[in-house]
Amino acid sequence: MKNGFAIQTEILTKVYGSGNTEVVAMQEATMNVSRGEVVALLGPSGSGKSTFLTAIGLINPPTSGRVFIGGQLVLEGSRAYTNLRAFRRKHLGFVFQKANLIPFLSALENVEIALEINGSSHRAARIRAMELLDYLGVGDRAENLPSMLSGGQQQRVAVARALANHPSVILADEPTAALDSQRGRQVMELFAQIAHEQSAGVVVVTHDHRALDVFDTLYEMEDGVIRKQSEVVAS
Amino acid sequence: MNLAVKDIRHNLGRFALTALGIGLLLMIVMGMGGIYRGIIEDATLLPDRIGADFWIIQRDTRGPFAELSRVTPNLVHRALAVPGVRRAREFVYHTIQRERGGKPLRVAVLGLSWPIDKGEWIPLTAGRPLGQNHFEMIADQTLGFQLGELISLGKDTYTVVGLTKSMISSGGDGIGFFTVADAQSIQFDTAGEAIRLERAAREARGEHSEFVTKQPSLLEQAVRPAQELPAIARPQISAVLVSVATGVDSRCVADIIAGWGDVSVYTKEGQRDLLLKGSVEKIRRQIGLFRVLLTLIAAIIMALILYTMTLDKIHSIALLKLIGAPNTVILGLIMQQGLLLGLLGFGIAFAVGQRVFPMFPRRVILAETDLFQLGMIVLVISVASSFLGIWKAMNVSPNEALS
Ligand SMILES: Nc1ncnc2c1ncn2[C@@H]1O[C@H](COP(=O)(O)OP(=O)(O)OP(=O)(O)O)[C@@H](O)[C@H]1O
Ligand SMILES: [Mg+2]
Repeated sequence: MKNGFAIQTEILTKVYGSGNTEVVAMQEATMNVSRGEVVALLGPSGSGKSTFLTAIGLINPPTSGRVFIGGQLVLEGSRAYTNLRAFRRKHLGFVFQKANLIPFLSALENVEIALEINGSSHRAARIRAMELLDYLGVGDRAENLPSMLSGGQQQRVAVARALANHPSVILADEPTAALDSQRGRQVMELFAQIAHEQSAGVVVVTHDHRALDVFDTLYEMEDGVIRKQSEVVAS
Repeated sequence: MNLAVKDIRHNLGRFALTALGIGLLLMIVMGMGGIYRGIIEDATLLPDRIGADFWIIQRDTRGPFAELSRVTPNLVHRALAVPGVRRAREFVYHTIQRERGGKPLRVAVLGLSWPIDKGEWIPLTAGRPLGQNHFEMIADQTLGFQLGELISLGKDTYTVVGLTKSMISSGGDGIGFFTVADAQSIQFDTAGEAIRLERAAREARGEHSEFVTKQPSLLEQAVRPAQELPAIARPQISAVLVSVATGVDSRCVADIIAGWGDVSVYTKEGQRDLLLKGSVEKIRRQIGLFRVLLTLIAAIIMALILYTMTLDKIHSIALLKLIGAPNTVILGLIMQQGLLLGLLGFGIAFAVGQRVFPMFPRRVILAETDLFQLGMIVLVISVASSFLGIWKAMNVSPNEALS
């Protein structure tokens, strides 16, 4: 049983292309994230961080290796053991660097849609979405379209959406790149708080070395290989 | 939450313009159908309305609407002598072209057999049927005459006593109803000089003839109008309309008359079929073909529009897939927009068409069956053309939301 872990991966490998154009983006990547643990994934550009994150996010399956979420085997290579899309909406929350929101929906509706596709009634979805936006400090911009929000406000709406269905895993790819360091830190702290409160596993890809003290564990990725850093490196 | 509506609201102007474009396109398709229907209706209007059980026409011709038919006036009396015939009427029909206010004026001149037929069967929008044997006419609105207006045709002047709507010949010209006598004098109106020359010619021919040498008084007859000379007058009516008595099988009566060597007989349905297969067949087929082509074009354009509408949203669709939206949500988004576009387009086509079609030179008839049929076609097009977009949406990877 792998019950104590939110995420578990076994020797994940991803190869893009074939022959001359073959790129090994991820090599035998192994990472275990416990429930309530907040993990930072660091590494130079092109080292395979996004590849890893989308693999455990069940968006971009690995070439080989196994992914367990909440103790359940969901992916073995590109073979899915469950309906991945349904699994994503129930158990995973995503935040990305940019263009996270649906442009024709208001901030509130962007959060509501995540709830409604997971079976919430319109009323319940509206109440919960409003709560989340308030919690993230963008409640006053609920009716605005994403194009009328600042980068940081958009990012917080995306976080609200990621949290909507009480996911057991939250995955974030450079979520603070568009934010100033103070706001960036706030978002990181928020992830930590949510991980602890909801005992969710959180993996954040980041280049921002100033907020690393927020994380429980640091991983470093280089040329497709993941190494655990035993010590927290403060800025 | 209805994503389709939210998206449309976000791009309202563009969607409205697209709907308008599709609406106008569908209006043309609708108009084509209406013109098609109008041509059939106009072509068959007369045989349908005139209320005869069958027509007696010149042997081996296809009747007065399809070509020239000439029968002798005494045919009326021969027909009346056949047992079972209740009524036999003379019928005169020909098209003239004159000028009025500098514009060509085409009138389909139709002669009614006074006094048995005063035109009571003609659906009048104003005025009354013919009230006397001469110098009155009933005119279709398309001719542009007013009630009470005096119209000069040939050597006489006619008063417009009644108006009709949509009484049109198969060629699209408005019908003017006269008595048979008047219709004939309009048809055989000849210039004075022509008449004088004709009489002189007759006299000249007569002088060389044995009859005249034997009986010189014959030559005096030559100066009388041609139609008063049974010896030389051509048959002058187009057809005879026959109605049979109640309880008599019109088929039997028609068979008897069809046995006469000098005439052919057509039933109302026969005349109708003949018209559709003959004079309007080509235009009918052409319009029908045009209609099919336009429908196809509308389908292709709608498919392309829905496809590009999907492409514009492809990032949002990938994002929806990423956060785990089921296919039904994405399918609904595209399909509902397709249906809404079709529905709006159809509504606009109908609304604009109602205002525009009456200005068309030919009659446009929006039959309920045609509208229903077009509605179904639009529905099918909307759904079918959504598939191109849906196919694209189903194939997009959630990964694309990240790029
Ligand atoms: N779809 C793809 N096809 C081919 N190669 C790819 C594809 N996606 C990524 N790669 C390659 O895989 C490697 C890892 O890419 P990845 O996006 O995971 O890096 P990253 O660590 O996220 O970089 P960054 O910090 O710049 O976002 C790179 O060499 C990249 O060129
Ligand atoms: Mg990346």
